[in-house]
Amino acid sequence: MTLTPPPPRSVPTRSARVWRFGADVNTDQIVPGRFAPYMTSEAELRKAPFIEARPEFAAQVQPGDLIVAGNNFGCGSSREYAPQALKLVGVGAIIAPSFARIFFRNALNLGIPVFEADLTDLADGERVHLDLEAARIHTAGGERPLPPPPAWMREVWRAGGIVPYYRAHGRFPGVPGR
Amino acid sequence: MTLPPQTLAEQILSHACGRPVYAGEVVTCAVDLAMVHDSIAPAVIRILTEELGASGVWDRERVAVAIDHVAPAATIQTATAQDGVRRWALEQELPHFFETGRGICHQVLLEERLARPGLLVVGSDSHSTAYGAVGAFGTGMGATDIALALATGQTWLRVPSTVLVRARGELRPGVSAKDVALFIARELRADGATYEALEYHGFDAFSLGERTTLTSMAVEVGAKAGIVAPTGAALADDEVPEWLGVQPGATYRRVLDVDLTALEPQVAAPNFVDNVTDLGEVAPSERVPVNVVYLGTCTNGRHEDMAAAARILRGRRVARGVRLIVVPASSQALQQAAEDGTLSTLLAAGAAIGTPGCGACIGRHMGVLAPGDVCVFTGNRNFRGRMGSPDARIYLASPEVAAATAVTGYLTDPRTLASLPA
Ligand code: SF4
Repeated sequence: MTLTPPPPRSVPTRSARVWRFGADVNTDQIVPGRFAPYMTSEAELRKAPFIEARPEFAAQVQPGDLIVAGNNFGCGSSREYAPQALKLVGVGAIIAPSFARIFFRNALNLGIPVFEADLTDLADGERVHLDLEAARIHTAGGERPLPPPPAWMREVWRAGGIVPYYRAHGRFPGVPGR
Repeated sequence: MTLPPQTLAEQILSHACGRPVYAGEVVTCAVDLAMVHDSIAPAVIRILTEELGASGVWDRERVAVAIDHVAPAATIQTATAQDGVRRWALEQELPHFFETGRGICHQVLLEERLARPGLLVVGSDSHSTAYGAVGAFGTGMGATDIALALATGQTWLRVPSTVLVRARGELRPGVSAKDVALFIARELRADGATYEALEYHGFDAFSLGERTTLTSMAVEVGAKAGIVAPTGAALADDEVPEWLGVQPGATYRRVLDVDLTALEPQVAAPNFVDNVTDLGEVAPSERVPVNVVYLGTCTNGRHEDMAAAARILRGRRVARGVRLIVVPASSQALQQAAEDGTLSTLLAAGAAIGTPGCGACIGRHMGVLAPGDVCVFTGNRNFRGRMGSPDARIYLASPEVAAATAVTGYLTDPRTLASLPA
């Protein structure tokens, strides 16, 4: 029997840019309703995130970049294409002291890491490293712990979202297996 | 062994899980009813068939589909998308398919008695909290969650803690359920009940419509569900399960007391739902000019809302330069308005009447706002760009305030209108 190697301690080598947002960012700001995927194409949806609130975001965001916001991120409508658009442009994680619950759920369902933590002292444009496994963020000013996500949440991230998770396990997360 | 007392949310989720559950637990439970509307249905159907490989829904009787958000369709794209939804619903032989013009999903599910006391209802719409008007646990979810619910008849939830809203007294004339809903947003703030449930006590005298005004806006303070204690005349015709009811000693994280008698008309100024003040304090020394008055939505588009507006508009005209758009919440509401003369009063005053449905609530059709428009809206969101141009301004208020404003062309307390010439 071979021993499985320990999971890599993933301190990514590439740094991520911090995109700072304020409190109460709503889903209309993330993606206005006219960009509903059935009304446009996926290519258009990629251009949509923060098109009015932060017009440079969609063009400049790089895969792995982090959104760091104030309270109640993602409030408003249940539109899943808001986190979907953020996933399409490769947002690495969203960190805010609190999230609107439907957004939190949608992001988790799509496999986007979300952390409830107050990092609003970070500056827009700051370069950081997110260590997802260790739930830690390395900044110029030092290391910042993030609340460690429950095991089931990590499993959903690893699976790449709730649908792949359900297909693999035949059940929802957070409940003991049958 | 007796179990610790439960909140209404805990009772309903316990029933749905088949075991007693309490705030904080993450549980998988059976869904009683799943609702999907035209805006989200294309994504739901795609996930259901392509990603989950499901051949159909878990139980046809427990699925409701409504064409309401952009109905009748405004563009070829929307029409095409809706056609896909329609074909799917017909192919699946879904008995609860509601076509263009029947009305807003939430109102229709309440009218059709699909949403009932004690049920767990999930909807592809954040205002699915509305079902709490009849003592159901209604909650909004995204397309993936709804697709999973349609495929499996199940969903996962974190059992919410509860904020108790406790009313005493009676509303005075000119003050309405909308003012209570706005006052709750003012006190709790937009994130004041995130991940939580609201439970409303002391609203026994409220009609089903007034209860729906309250519960539809529970999501505006972040709540997962908003449940009115299922007692009072409004529920006389509904069967309330014997296991459902307020249990003394249940744990509430916070209690918000509302003195209905002392409540003044409220208004939420742009661009946040919790940017609420007494109407008299919005701009105490000046008039706030308004050029659009929009009456409708799942929060305030029912017959009683149109009738309240009609009482103020009777014998009066909409001010020059103002457009008054009325979009009934359902065909039933419109029919009632036609039967009792409400409709002709509104028309005589100069109102434009839209097809029952969501109207311009999400800014896609039927009276979207232009840059510079200032709108008094009886709906539930005044976010920038919500109803059209990001350069329009939206004030949320009651049907009474909306009607009075339509007459004067500036934000107006309905109680002051009596003194103005008709
Ligand atoms: S009326 Fe507005 S808030 Fe209500 S369901 Fe329709 S779009 Fe949503």
